Amino acid sequence: MPIIEVSQLTKSYRVYQKREGLMDSVRGLFHREYREVEAVRGIDLTVQQGEFVAFLGPNGAGKTTTLKLLSGVINPTSGSASVMGFVPWERKNEYRRRFALVMGQKNQLWWDLPAQESYRLHQQIYGIDPAEFTRRLSELADLLDVQRLLGQPVRELSLGERMKMELMAALLHSPDVLFLDEPTIGLDVIAQHNIQQFLKYYQEKRKITILLTSHYMKDVAALCKRVVIIADGSIQYDGSLSGIVDKFSGSKVVTLQFAEDVQPDNLGLIGEVLDTNWPKARIRIPRAEVPARLTQALRDHAVVDVSVEDPPLEDVIADLFHSVGRGSRDADPEATASQAAET
Amino acid sequence: MSDAVAPAGWRHRVQTWWVILRIALEERLVYRGDFALGTLMRFLPIVTQIFLWSAIFASISGSQSSGAQGEGEPTTVGGFRFADMVAYYLMTMIARAFSSMPGLASGIALQIREGEIKRYLVQPVDLVGFLLLQRIAHKTAYYTVAILPFALVFFLCRGYFVDGWPEPTVLLAFVASLVMGFLIGFFLEASIGMIGFWFLEVTSLLFIYMLFSFFLSGHMFPLTLLPDQIEWVVQRLPFKYLAYFPAAVFLGKVPEDELATEMLWQAGWLVFFILLCRWMYARGIRRYSGFGG
Repeated sequence: MPIIEVSQLTKSYRVYQKREGLMDSVRGLFHREYREVEAVRGIDLTVQQGEFVAFLGPNGAGKTTTLKLLSGVINPTSGSASVMGFVPWERKNEYRRRFALVMGQKNQLWWDLPAQESYRLHQQIYGIDPAEFTRRLSELADLLDVQRLLGQPVRELSLGERMKMELMAALLHSPDVLFLDEPTIGLDVIAQHNIQQFLKYYQEKRKITILLTSHYMKDVAALCKRVVIIADGSIQYDGSLSGIVDKFSGSKVVTLQFAEDVQPDNLGLIGEVLDTNWPKARIRIPRAEVPARLTQALRDHAVVDVSVEDPPLEDVIADLFHSVGRGSRDADPEATASQAAET
Repeated sequence: MSDAVAPAGWRHRVQTWWVILRIALEERLVYRGDFALGTLMRFLPIVTQIFLWSAIFASISGSQSSGAQGEGEPTTVGGFRFADMVAYYLMTMIARAFSSMPGLASGIALQIREGEIKRYLVQPVDLVGFLLLQRIAHKTAYYTVAILPFALVFFLCRGYFVDGWPEPTVLLAFVASLVMGFLIGFFLEASIGMIGFWFLEVTSLLFIYMLFSFFLSGHMFPLTLLPDQIEWVVQRLPFKYLAYFPAAVFLGKVPEDELATEMLWQAGWLVFFILLCRWMYARGIRRYSGFGG
């Protein structure tokens, strides 16, 4: 049985339309205009126990809203969800003891006290057995390499160290499901890498289920076999990371290194020339035509080296986000209507 | 409250309270530096009051003696002699030490605005209970240190307590009125903070509340000084439990045959504010989670 089941989940907000200018602002005091914003539109999702799933999407796509719905912070407008058999927004204590939510910079720790004091409180409110608590605490501190920081006031820690402390706080009660919202936001490359390594190790060892949102492709590539792309409140793609390129990118990038001294002017016949750094040239060729075009190129020119690559994942996803944004604005009559009503 | 039936559940609950209390206490002690000075400063207005009332009483007794009234009869204002008046202000200091809740309402509103309130939705811990324990810890930490300046001031002013210590029953009622005053102050201000679920900014509301409470609690002057009709109304409002009532009990200004009824009224107001706070929290959470966090 899947550990998370989401069906037709929808969340819309009523947003106050602030008007420009003083007169209209005054009018707004008496007569407010609201606009419905659909943050999540009918999401279906099934996650098996032990999966590590990444939510990718541009800002405002509905990733965080989905995590908030699954952790019971907000109620949906319609649709259903079940996590470990619980309805999240009923906020039963039995459910709350079995998952954790880490939201980037939101501080769960007591600012002026050492983190270990906050952990003592966690032990108590989650009812963790003292021996078990001590064992988990030292295990997590070892893995994250923070033993010497446990006794230091949280406000004296760096952002990266604080993030580690937050993760520890979230894992002390050994949750079966972990929701991570931008766990590496604002961290430097080394700190990002440390957190990734830790999450990867911990998840593989404990086989817990993790849902993660991130902007960093590196997080996703390092951690998740399964990627869910959300844009404009709905799921655009659900599958493997490499599958994104297969599905959404219709072309490959071919790099040719020529033996010729002078650049011929008919390179455009092979494909779209992305850039040249003679004797090298990068050329984009539609996927289906790669063999034929390449054969032709090798026949017409003296070529020393060839490589055929998929376009970078970031580019594919950026293109995808762009097209979704544009598509919905052009095609969605409702959006156009509401925009017209606003003006 | 549903899982509190089993004794094991209760034990766990009490342990949790204890841990929250202990940690909040530790947190407070980080700032012990400014305690002593801050406390002494709180008594400065008393000096002004002593001068002010001694001038008022002097002018009243001056006009009375020129009107050829009997000597010996001490001048009173609203049933308070001069010494009583000073003793009253000193006692309201104690009452307000229990009932004032600096930063509680604005803190709750800030937590709502900044989204920190999420924590209490995600973790199995109750916001109101948590804040109450935190507040108890803050008060305990503050007054274990502040008891020294308090004792000093009261020792210096012992001459104003002309009737000496009250009866044990009255003293008991006084302590009970202080404890309930603390709880009324907490649940009242917590309720104001919960307004933050509907309006993001509660500062101006809080200011209005402070202003009214300054008058209506008897912090500014004893409520018996008010004209009769107004006093009748104000005596029926809950604000007097924040300052006037405990002081009046201690100084024997509440007749003994009315004491029990008065205490019951206070308990009634306490129950009202507990329910109000709980109800607002439940409604606020429903609105918050409906609105979008």
